Amino acid sequence: MAAPNCLVANDWICWDYVTSRSQELTDATLEHIWLTGVSVLIGIAVSVPLALLARRGRHWAAPVLALTTLLYTIPSLAMFSLLLPVFGLSAALVVTGLVLYSLTILVRNVLAGLEAVPEDVREAARGMGYGPGRLLWQVELPLALPALLAGVRIATVSTVALTTVGSIVGKGGLGNLIAPAVNSSFKAQVLTASVLCVLLALVADLLLLGVQRLLTPWTRAGAGRRGRSAAPTRETTSTPAPAPAKGV
Amino acid sequence: MGGVIGGAWDWLANGANWSGESGVWHRLGEHVYVSAVALAIACAVALPIGLFLGHLGKGGTLAINISNIGRAVPVFAVLALFMVSPLRNAGYLPTIAALVLFAVPPLLTNAYVGMREVDRSVVEAARGMGMSGIQLFLRVELPLARAMVMTGLRSGAVQVIATATIAAMVGQGGLGRIITAGFNTYDTPQVVAGALLVAALALLVEGVLVAADRLLLPRAAASR
Repeated sequence: MAAPNCLVANDWICWDYVTSRSQELTDATLEHIWLTGVSVLIGIAVSVPLALLARRGRHWAAPVLALTTLLYTIPSLAMFSLLLPVFGLSAALVVTGLVLYSLTILVRNVLAGLEAVPEDVREAARGMGYGPGRLLWQVELPLALPALLAGVRIATVSTVALTTVGSIVGKGGLGNLIAPAVNSSFKAQVLTASVLCVLLALVADLLLLGVQRLLTPWTRAGAGRRGRSAAPTRETTSTPAPAPAKGV
Repeated sequence: MGGVIGGAWDWLANGANWSGESGVWHRLGEHVYVSAVALAIACAVALPIGLFLGHLGKGGTLAINISNIGRAVPVFAVLALFMVSPLRNAGYLPTIAALVLFAVPPLLTNAYVGMREVDRSVVEAARGMGMSGIQLFLRVELPLARAMVMTGLRSGAVQVIATATIAAMVGQGGLGRIITAGFNTYDTPQVVAGALLVAALALLVEGVLVAADRLLLPRAAASR
């Protein structure tokens, strides 16, 4: 004589589902975190050199920005399908697609951060005998860090959401639970996986906010003093411009 | 790659692929319909709120945060939730509803930021000349914010069209169905053809919006 089970009743909220499938949920969540993390890290590693290239002048900036923007307009479903002949059904396929999308946000933010470094700061560093490499590493990149991290936060949050589409090739983290559950109308699974997805994005955003505050304490300490200066500074304590959202 | 592009061209040139229930014309019609309805609803909701909040200069955190939260919500998951709810029998409604939720945050934020970026000294001068709130809104702020609002609308339209392909993953219509059908039969040329069709539609709509913007309000376009 079992009590009416929420799995049998196909309820939206079903704790039995969470407990009985905890292993499946954990695996999908870990895969989701792994795919997102790797994609954003590769995205940063690729976008910094691209941003440095774009900074060299107009005739580099235009193609770099145009190409990364163009990539963003490719539908995610098509992107993953188009990469299939190259990578087969693999995690590399999903990661490549996600990296390509993250470039649009990251390159723009890194570039905005580098361009916001005041020219007199560069002059001062050069006057103190800093070469181009040391100038970049010890002066420009630290000053561009707030903008870079703001970009990383946006890219991470959108990547968490986008990863679900990877379920088309069976490598979508939590999306892998959503896709089959739609066909079988398994409400608890769709809702639980979706909620986990959103939670993952919010937790990642908060963690990165913490990292941002730890790494760039001067942005808070100086905010009050800087606010009084007459000229509107383009100090990037906040996101430079509203970045477009990427459909999932 | 050349072979794939050639194959996609052949696929598109084949008239048989354009007719019928799963043909290009029908899918294109579905795609345009859901995108246009979703964008229209999103504009009707987001623009008045964003513009009004921008005019008041209040609710900035709200406007920006809504956009950030919107980014965290996967359209695929939202669509999936609608598809296991009673909405699944409501025709295109699940797709349209998911796309509206996707398009509102960026439109709202752009409208708000556009209004706030209007030069404060210009606003003060207009106020000093005795303009009322509604005059200030219609004659000063709105024309100056227009470029930014239109940029938001254009990128919103392009993203909605690109995102509407996701509908195919849960069995709804649109050009995405050409991509998933090609995907399921390992027909890469068909996948490429589907992607090209979506890209062409997005570019076309962007072009139409730019042209409409210039034609409808030529004065502001000239001063830009």
